[in-house]
Amino acid sequence: MIDINESVMQFLLAFVVVGPLLGAVAALLPAPPGLKGKSPEQAVLRHGVTVTGAILVAAIVLALGFDHDHPSKMQATTDISWIPALDVRIHLGIDGISLPLLVLTALLTFLCALYSYFKMPSGPTPKAFVALLLVLESGTLATFAVLDLLLFFLAFEMVLIPMYFLIARWGGEGRTAAAWRFILYTLLGSVVMLLGLLLIGIKAGTFDMVALATDNGRSLTASVQVIAVLAIGIGLAVKTPMWPLHSWLPDAHTAAPTVGSVLLAGVLLKMGTYGFVRILLPIAPDGFADFAPYLAAFAVVGIIYGSLACLALAKQGAKGDLKRLIAYSSIGHMGFVLLGIATMTPTGVNGALFANIAHGLITGLLFFLVGALKDRTGTTDLDALAEQTGAALYGKAPRLGGLLAFAAVASLGLPGLAGFWGEMLALFGAFDPADDLSRTAFLTFMAIAAFGTLLTAAYLLAVVRRVCMGAVPQDAPQLADVHTYEFATWTPLVALTVVAGLWPKALLGLTDPAVQQLLAGGTR
Amino acid sequence: MSSLTANLVQSVDWLAIAPPTIAAVVGLVVLVADLFVGDAKKALLGWLSVAGLAASALMLLPLLDGDRATFCLSGEADVCSYTADRFTLVLQLLVLGGALLAALLSVTALRDADKGLPEGEYWFLLLSSAAGAALLPASRDLATLIVALEVASLPAFALVGLRQGDRKSSEAALKFFLSSVTATAVSLMGISFVYASTGTLYLTQIADRVQHVDGQLHTLTQTGVVLTLIGFAFKTAAVPFHFWVPDTYVGAPLPIAAYLSVVGKAVGFSGLILLTVVALPSYADVWGPALAALAALTMTVGNVGALRQQATRAYSAVRLLAWSSVGQAGYLLVPIAAAAYSDDAEHSIGSTVAYALMYAAVNLGAFAVAAVVGRTKSRNRVSDYRGLYATNPLAALLLAFFLLCLAGLPPGIIGLFAKVTVFSAAVDAGLGWLAVVMAANVVIALYYYLQWTALLFRAPEGEAVRHRVPAPLTAALALTGVLGIALSGAPQLVLRFAGTGLF
Repeated sequence: MIDINESVMQFLLAFVVVGPLLGAVAALLPAPPGLKGKSPEQAVLRHGVTVTGAILVAAIVLALGFDHDHPSKMQATTDISWIPALDVRIHLGIDGISLPLLVLTALLTFLCALYSYFKMPSGPTPKAFVALLLVLESGTLATFAVLDLLLFFLAFEMVLIPMYFLIARWGGEGRTAAAWRFILYTLLGSVVMLLGLLLIGIKAGTFDMVALATDNGRSLTASVQVIAVLAIGIGLAVKTPMWPLHSWLPDAHTAAPTVGSVLLAGVLLKMGTYGFVRILLPIAPDGFADFAPYLAAFAVVGIIYGSLACLALAKQGAKGDLKRLIAYSSIGHMGFVLLGIATMTPTGVNGALFANIAHGLITGLLFFLVGALKDRTGTTDLDALAEQTGAALYGKAPRLGGLLAFAAVASLGLPGLAGFWGEMLALFGAFDPADDLSRTAFLTFMAIAAFGTLLTAAYLLAVVRRVCMGAVPQDAPQLADVHTYEFATWTPLVALTVVAGLWPKALLGLTDPAVQQLLAGGTR
Repeated sequence: MSSLTANLVQSVDWLAIAPPTIAAVVGLVVLVADLFVGDAKKALLGWLSVAGLAASALMLLPLLDGDRATFCLSGEADVCSYTADRFTLVLQLLVLGGALLAALLSVTALRDADKGLPEGEYWFLLLSSAAGAALLPASRDLATLIVALEVASLPAFALVGLRQGDRKSSEAALKFFLSSVTATAVSLMGISFVYASTGTLYLTQIADRVQHVDGQLHTLTQTGVVLTLIGFAFKTAAVPFHFWVPDTYVGAPLPIAAYLSVVGKAVGFSGLILLTVVALPSYADVWGPALAALAALTMTVGNVGALRQQATRAYSAVRLLAWSSVGQAGYLLVPIAAAAYSDDAEHSIGSTVAYALMYAAVNLGAFAVAAVVGRTKSRNRVSDYRGLYATNPLAALLLAFFLLCLAGLPPGIIGLFAKVTVFSAAVDAGLGWLAVVMAANVVIALYYYLQWTALLFRAPEGEAVRHRVPAPLTAALALTGVLGIALSGAPQLVLRFAGTGLF
């Protein structure tokens, strides 16, 4: 949109990746004079807001300077040799696929830092909290910005330690077990993924994603592709998470602090699906085609399973936890993303990428809202909240209730909001999958997934009914309605949900050319 | 006349053999000086030994310009007993650097022991062992190899049992001694078989002649090869020759445990590399699968052993490091096994060397922090590390970094990439199953490393008391910390050995 010098763009992208790391180191050091603030705690939390804010600004400038006429072209690229022995290069770059995710990550992390500034989760010192948050941001941004397989792996692993500590130290009940589960599952997946990445790198002779994507799997034999897709796919599927490898997610979400849940759902899960699109689709297309029907089947099972689990949790007397419910709904939503990718068509993949962003915005908002609800009522247990008639949030805190209802209907895919387009495109993709995939199978998957949308609507409306509606008892304690800082953190998410719903072209215009190129093997 | 002397008196390239020689000479000097130095000035011996080790490490510098060889056969100039090629230099750097760091830890340990350890003998034994360990990677015939091995390990037995009046220490030494001597006897027998069937002790000549052994002697040769390998497998503490490790590490003074975990291993696997890749490449179909199985077993047993350690048991921290070192030995064996299957054996060997360098730096660092903690908490349990961040933030951050390097997770980038080279050696050689076993082990290992790491940052129990860390320990910590961080920023520094030929 605006013309920015290429070297400035390069610097901005490098800054976006490295900046949070430097900020993390700075957070551990004592505050310099002049920036001491009211107390050391306040100073370091403010530091977090400043750094993530600067990164967000840099990401937005990157988005503005991005050449929107050629989104399929890698832009702001840097390519420096780092470890010649392993042929690892510091190769950074963004295209239409990674740019939206980059901006989403920067935005969500900034909002989390802002939210924590006013509402620090209970736990040890904020110093470590801010440092870990920044390392986490650096890892996720790096995942979306790097174009080297081993660097991708490094970035993928970088988020593990900070997220582990965020859950284990600032989390709620059962946090230690949940944190262990999270890290062991993900690590088990990612070491298997490493083997797959090495196999590709060794057989193809390069770890460079652009070169490999251009090659489009031509230098990899069919058996290598199959093994590599299986190994890498398992690692990514754990992260996504795909049913039946999802069981770490509900615990992690339930135990994590609010900002941890927001980042986990909004950003970390996307690393898995991004890997599918960026690595498996273009680099090993034949191997992926072999597994695509299975992936789609698992995805559809995930959709139904997630929805049924949510329905069970939303039932009266089930002692369902709201955070757990949203976690299961994430499994369903990510099922749509995986289904879209498995179709191997531009429509499906675009839908998947759109659903990715939409899920980040909406589920991030939902976790924020549930966190706020927990701060006010002290519980996220649906039965305890709703008692007999319903929690009557409309009556007690109308704005909070309204926002929750908004997020819920956005999540169920109401046309006009962000949740709609991604899932619709994924279903469209399944209606007409790639040529070498079985159409009958995918039609079945489409039918089941469409039924899943109904179930999704059912449980989300049940949640709205039980949490937002109900009779307000006379002597009920008044709940604080939305605070200013909460408005500040949630407004961008609400606004973007509406914008993406009403003007999907803004996003699809970015992703579509890049997806077309990826699927065509970089030959266009 | 002159030609006669030339035949009788070998010309010795003193520069080439300087590194092990200096260590040995300084060891003797310390032993003699011990007799003349008053009790008050015994600490001087320690610093003299540290300086000696530093000097012998520095003597590696002039050797960098090219391969040198000495003690060659008079007829054939390319058949030599002592070679200072890149492989030798890198391993000598590892051995001498490791000994130097162990010596730094020892300076404090000896002062704290307050005459509980005899200083002169201690330094003499440490330096002799280091000299033997430095000689080993350079030796290119079986006799020198076995002599070097014994010079490296005999003083180590004494060092383990050096704590006067400590029953556990003597017991550990005896265990170590008996199992080690058995292994040496076995490998000596193996070597005699190999010599009987090939008629030479020089590794390169063995490599040639072992392929044309008389049919009758075939069984003898094979038996010899297997027996020799078993002896060296013991030194790397490969399963099933690992059982002495935990008790020995716990019984030995802490710096000696650190020394054994790094230098002792380096000795074992450099001998193994020389035997397999240089002397017996034609037997790759024998030692390849054997080493692969050994590697898988070793890492699994080591990691499971470490996993089963209870945090509250006495000396559990050292015990855990001991078991984890068994597990790490398994990773070190993977590329050696892969060398049997790959066309480019040197490339695989380079992965082992690169991994060993990383392991040496971070493992010694972990031991240095253990030494710091052990000064106040003499039982050195893992649970004693709880809240270390509150009392000594820098030591806690460093230990966390070292443990994550050992686990191979960012921010321990060098640990991660060292594992990647090992993985890639296995994948490259088509040892997919071994890579998968190793992957599972990495996850198991992560559990106990991370559990320990998490403990460091918990709220401390009771009042936090700050202690001043003595200068030698600080130096050791700083050295290993700087190494680890520098390598994480520029992994190429050690990984280059994985990319190029070493011999």
